[in-house]
Amino acid sequence: MFAATDRNRTNDRIQRRYRNVFLGMTLLLVLPVLIILGLLVVRGGPVLTAEFLFEFPKSGMTAGGIFPAFLGTIILVTMGLVFSVPLGIAAAIYLSEYAPDNWLTRSINLAIINLAGVPSIVHALFGVGAFVIFFGFGTSILAASLTLAIMALPVVIVATRESLQAVPHAFREACWAMGATRWQTIRRVVLPNSVSGILTGVILEVSRTAGETAPIMFTGAAFFVPFLPQTIFDKTMALSLHLFVISTQVPGVPEDFPYGVALLLIIIVLSMNALSIGFRTWLRGRKKW
Amino acid sequence: MTTSKDDSVDPLTDTQEIAVRTEKLSLWYGSFQALYDVDFAVRRGLITSLIGPSGCGKSTLLRCVNRINERLGYVRTEGKVEVLDTDVYASGIELTQLRRHVGMVFQRPNPLPLSIRENILFAHQLHEPGSEALPKADRDAIVEKALREVLLWDTVKDRLDRSATGLSLEEQQKLCIARLLPVKPKVILMDEPCSALDPKATAAVEDLIWQLRGEYTILLVTHNMAQARRASDECAFMLMGRMVEHGPTDRLFVTPEDTRTADYIEGKYG
Ligand SMILES: Nc1ncnc2c1ncn2[C@@H]1O[C@H](COP(=O)(O)OP(=O)(O)OP(=O)(O)O)[C@@H](O)[C@H]1O
Ligand SMILES: [Mg+2]
Repeated sequence: MFAATDRNRTNDRIQRRYRNVFLGMTLLLVLPVLIILGLLVVRGGPVLTAEFLFEFPKSGMTAGGIFPAFLGTIILVTMGLVFSVPLGIAAAIYLSEYAPDNWLTRSINLAIINLAGVPSIVHALFGVGAFVIFFGFGTSILAASLTLAIMALPVVIVATRESLQAVPHAFREACWAMGATRWQTIRRVVLPNSVSGILTGVILEVSRTAGETAPIMFTGAAFFVPFLPQTIFDKTMALSLHLFVISTQVPGVPEDFPYGVALLLIIIVLSMNALSIGFRTWLRGRKKW
Repeated sequence: MTTSKDDSVDPLTDTQEIAVRTEKLSLWYGSFQALYDVDFAVRRGLITSLIGPSGCGKSTLLRCVNRINERLGYVRTEGKVEVLDTDVYASGIELTQLRRHVGMVFQRPNPLPLSIRENILFAHQLHEPGSEALPKADRDAIVEKALREVLLWDTVKDRLDRSATGLSLEEQQKLCIARLLPVKPKVILMDEPCSALDPKATAAVEDLIWQLRGEYTILLVTHNMAQARRASDECAFMLMGRMVEHGPTDRLFVTPEDTRTADYIEGKYG
């Protein structure tokens, strides 16, 4: 009794084989990432000195630092967040909590999901048409960050809506049955229980725009600006564009420079992610269900 | 049961006052008709149970009284529902006020993800202006009174600031009843309030419901005929969206007038 039969042994062998296949696939995925990261750290790490971070480029970008690009990226991403987050969260709250379930709402939802898949070069052209030309902002930080915001908006809405939907429906019913208005329900029950998910999702999504090149290239980022931007109507440098330029357009750049810039870009995105994950853990600790 | 309804001198059962009345109430979910011309009157201060096979429209009828059905956009209602002689489908009825006076207890206990104290004060804060500015002592008194009424005070008095979702199901369901009390509802609708509970918890909640009798009018949907029999003054039997029979529980279970009621009681439907 209970001893393994031939059938069991065959099953065991098959299941081991599948496990190894899946494990192999996973390694195949992880390995390139590790190699890229390792290469970046080894070759780019030594480049990232204080001078490199906080000095202007010199001698046609073949020496000196990258401060204007570093600052520019931070400004662009922050302003992109500021424009897209309130708008996106408000729209998601409407769609999830107020909008009646009809064909109009459903087509808006579908449109938003599809918008998230629009290539960034299309957003770039939209930004040129709308912000640079139509609104007359010119190629400027304002136009570039608005373009980034437009690009981030669909994912902000989707991330927020998912967090809102994760709050059990029974809580809403309980509130409504006690005579709470929709807003009271949202304010007292839905938002407090979804805010951690909303903020994490949103920060994760928006931080990815730090690496975008196309949307800012035509709307506000410049190859080289010899001074720091003074107003939001100035042009700025940005890390992603700078990386592109020094890798392909300028002769005589030290070989390790692009590695340093790429590493910095990754550090910025990862630290924003870490921040949002830490924030979520902190909020989770206070969640009541 | 610690209390008994067999007191033969019970002034309540003589009341003719009606708390909830429906007249020719019909309801459609889209094109599906769930209620057909329901005429029904619930006497004030009593416990009225609503029985019938699954899908016969008990929950639907219950949900007409506080108009919670309406949040589904495709629901259409015809006929009249009166709560304390006020037509609740008339124009000018404020839904939040209606739901303040007509409380609801759900099948699955659904305390809010807040502390026990906040759960009890929730409705009060929605409906009483200045509730949040009350001195702490007054708020504590409200919490204590409500929890005492549902026989929960002694169990939870030391953990009022803990999450309500950490309570046992029985305690959660009692809390869900308690949170209605601070705003003094006239009618409490209960949709199978014990069906998620084990037999012991069911008995405890039934006891509690019986305690609330008199002060509140209770409309209780149940699948459990023994429960209807034990814990209600009057009983109504529904079948396929129609009200078949309604009368004193003792009479209805012993000498049903309609053969369909008799069949159901004998277990001939699901
Ligand atoms: N939201 C809804 N949309 C469409 N049809 C519904 C909806 N809710 C209920 N119904 C239908 O209306 C009828 C009555 O449902 P209801 O929930 O009132 O029955 P019930 O007597 O409470 O049943 P149960 O004992 O299973 O709870 C059923 O046929 C059900 O399928
Ligand atoms: Mg039901």
